[in-house]
Amino acid sequence: MTHTSLAYLSNNFIYSAMAVYTLAFFAHAYETAFAVRAPQSDVVDPAHGNLLVKTFDFKRTERAARIATAFMILGFLLLFAGAVARGLSAGRVPWGNMYEFSITGALAFSGAYLFALRKYDLRWLGLLVSISVLLTLGTAVAVLYRPSAPLVPALKSTWLVIHVSAAIISGGVFLLSNVIAAAYLYLDSMEQKGARNRWAQRLPSLEVLDQLSYRLVAFVFPLWTFSVIAGAIWAEHAWGKYWGWDPKETWAFITWVAYAAYLHARVTVGWRGRKAAWLCLLAGSTFLFNYVYINIWGTGKHTYSGL
Amino acid sequence: MSEVTNVPEVGLKGLLRFVWRQLTSMRTALILLLLLGVASIPGSLIPQRAQNPMKVREYFASDPTIASWMDRLSLFDVYGSSWFSAIYILLFISLIGCVLPRSLEHLRAARALPPLTPRNLHRMDFHQMWIGSGEELSVAKSWFGKKRFRIRDFEGAMSAEKGYLRESGNLLFHLALILILIGVSLGALFSMNGEAIVNVGERFINTPTTYDDLSYGRLFRDSSLPPFSLTVDDFKATYNPATSAPEDYTLKVSVIEKPGAKPVSRIIKVNSPLGFGSTNVYLQANGYSPVVTVKNKEGEIVLQGPIPFLPQDSNMTSIGAIKVPDTSPQLGFVASFLPTAARDKVRGGISSYPAALDPRLLLSVWKGDLGLDRGIPQSVYRIDTSKMQKIGLKALKVGDTFTYADGSIRFDGVEQWVNLQVVKDPGKGYALFGGILAILGLLASLFTRRRRIWVRVNSEGTVEVAGLAKSGAPGLAEEIDQLITDLRRANP
Repeated sequence: MTHTSLAYLSNNFIYSAMAVYTLAFFAHAYETAFAVRAPQSDVVDPAHGNLLVKTFDFKRTERAARIATAFMILGFLLLFAGAVARGLSAGRVPWGNMYEFSITGALAFSGAYLFALRKYDLRWLGLLVSISVLLTLGTAVAVLYRPSAPLVPALKSTWLVIHVSAAIISGGVFLLSNVIAAAYLYLDSMEQKGARNRWAQRLPSLEVLDQLSYRLVAFVFPLWTFSVIAGAIWAEHAWGKYWGWDPKETWAFITWVAYAAYLHARVTVGWRGRKAAWLCLLAGSTFLFNYVYINIWGTGKHTYSGL
Repeated sequence: MSEVTNVPEVGLKGLLRFVWRQLTSMRTALILLLLLGVASIPGSLIPQRAQNPMKVREYFASDPTIASWMDRLSLFDVYGSSWFSAIYILLFISLIGCVLPRSLEHLRAARALPPLTPRNLHRMDFHQMWIGSGEELSVAKSWFGKKRFRIRDFEGAMSAEKGYLRESGNLLFHLALILILIGVSLGALFSMNGEAIVNVGERFINTPTTYDDLSYGRLFRDSSLPPFSLTVDDFKATYNPATSAPEDYTLKVSVIEKPGAKPVSRIIKVNSPLGFGSTNVYLQANGYSPVVTVKNKEGEIVLQGPIPFLPQDSNMTSIGAIKVPDTSPQLGFVASFLPTAARDKVRGGISSYPAALDPRLLLSVWKGDLGLDRGIPQSVYRIDTSKMQKIGLKALKVGDTFTYADGSIRFDGVEQWVNLQVVKDPGKGYALFGGILAILGLLASLFTRRRRIWVRVNSEGTVEVAGLAKSGAPGLAEEIDQLITDLRRANP
């Protein structure tokens, strides 16, 4: 297959993925809507007629969630195919400019979600995950699109594969942990005002969310460290200096410091709950700032890709 | 991570001890760590002298008062400033004060055996009890042995512990950070960094005078420059015909590693520098050098050779200055070079492709005083024409000659130049080694679970099992369930 037809194929895969993520979004929206209006199925004492347990029937919710998850998996596969075709069309890894970062970043984020789904029932997060993937892909296609092209000499290195893939995967997991920390804060304030709303009844306990958000960070922090060090090795090969306080480097370091502080706060000082969740969000926002602000408005050596 | 509990004693010694304890407390370390992150921010938003000196000059030009105040706060040199250094030095003192005592403690603990089996096991987590056969202790011992627990036997009881690697990894990680800092400091003291523009065909000798720009670490001496020399044999740039984007740069050089050694052919690319021990030679930039011959009125050659021009855009539209100081009056040519000439309605003559397909040299000829003797350093790419007079204007193709009242200039051809960067950093090996150790330490400390399991069999044959997971490590319940299943299976 020629390079142009592969690039064309990649675009079609990505459009299809967007369509499927839209379906996933609607399915998750139905899921949430069903959860909000879940019929009450209280257990009543048959002898005296008084209320024993107040429960809700989430059967319809469950059905919608299953359909939504099927769409999420399909969307992931299509997006994966799109990224692979894009890479093949240019004869390299598909992260040479910001359009491609966005595609692979969205892929990593939804991949992290599906990976975590194997162990934890996070389907209630699907609404947020699908909408953020959709927005990212939409921006990528509408604003950031660049025709598939070979790399400039500065990017021709094995370290591009190693350094950037580690950074993208770390980013996907950091964001997922942030979404969970945000959910923690939201549910916590709901509980402090009284009981959880009906739709939030089936969501995991605060303790589980707190632990999960921490575990994701602890799991991926060594990878982020590796990504920063791999970047330093590459910088030494390409720029003659392993650390030059380039804006992107600086923010990668700030993110590292913020997550290091988060891990210390949890493990050594014993922070839990709200304080830890806020610190997690702070650290995650430094990552997002680096990705969005420094890539688009920043100056420095990481901006050769023309976005 | 000592706790600050007692009230400071009176006197200097007490005060010092108090300050030391405060500094090495976890809370202070955490605040310093966050502060280091916050302190890094301004340097990424405000242009820095080391990365972007032009932008810094713009700040000074547009508002000198504010710029000089910012400069007083080292805002243009954040990462070398005293306040930034203060934060990370304090952080590392705090780190050392924290990690060294803990390392000693850990070494002692690593040799010690697990603690006594607690008397009241039922108060511990995951407690289970059943009537056994009496063989449980020996089965448990081999079970723990297979899983590489440390075991301590008692009369009728057993303590087993696993996961010392967690603390080992944690300490290794922090010690590795210190190693990285040592590498960075060695670099700051003993490194050198220089840049030189070399035309294709020219020779570069590694001595201080051949550099256009050279900076040393605080303790670097001229004699530490490795004595190599190299000749630039060939430079080839290939571009994408559709997008004009560069696709490859290949630089061929002949290297003489020591005086007297045989020249060796080597290739330098953007991502593969040429190395001599801890010294590397990088290909950082490239451009065109139009070759010209300037003659005076009498027809004598007053200047001949390639003049490096500075590229201005991605199509290598370049600007430059040809200065002839030895004539009277002095001559200056303010010039642009277009590798592939084209016309733009707004910008005039520009280049439409980065390769030299249709080269053109645009000149304006000036005579008068070049101002070279005024002692103010001048850019080699620009001419101060304030004391000069324009005497001609011309666009030349290769081979053309332009004759003006005071002589002539011939555009002989085009050569390319490369900007070589030479860097010596003896600290980078330590930093790299530290980085690798830090990752290994992190993996060990974040993925090892530290836990204790106790087994007791009392005189009536009742078996008790309980466990304790340090810092809430997950998975102990499953592990204890497995142990109990195996204990029961072994005794039908």
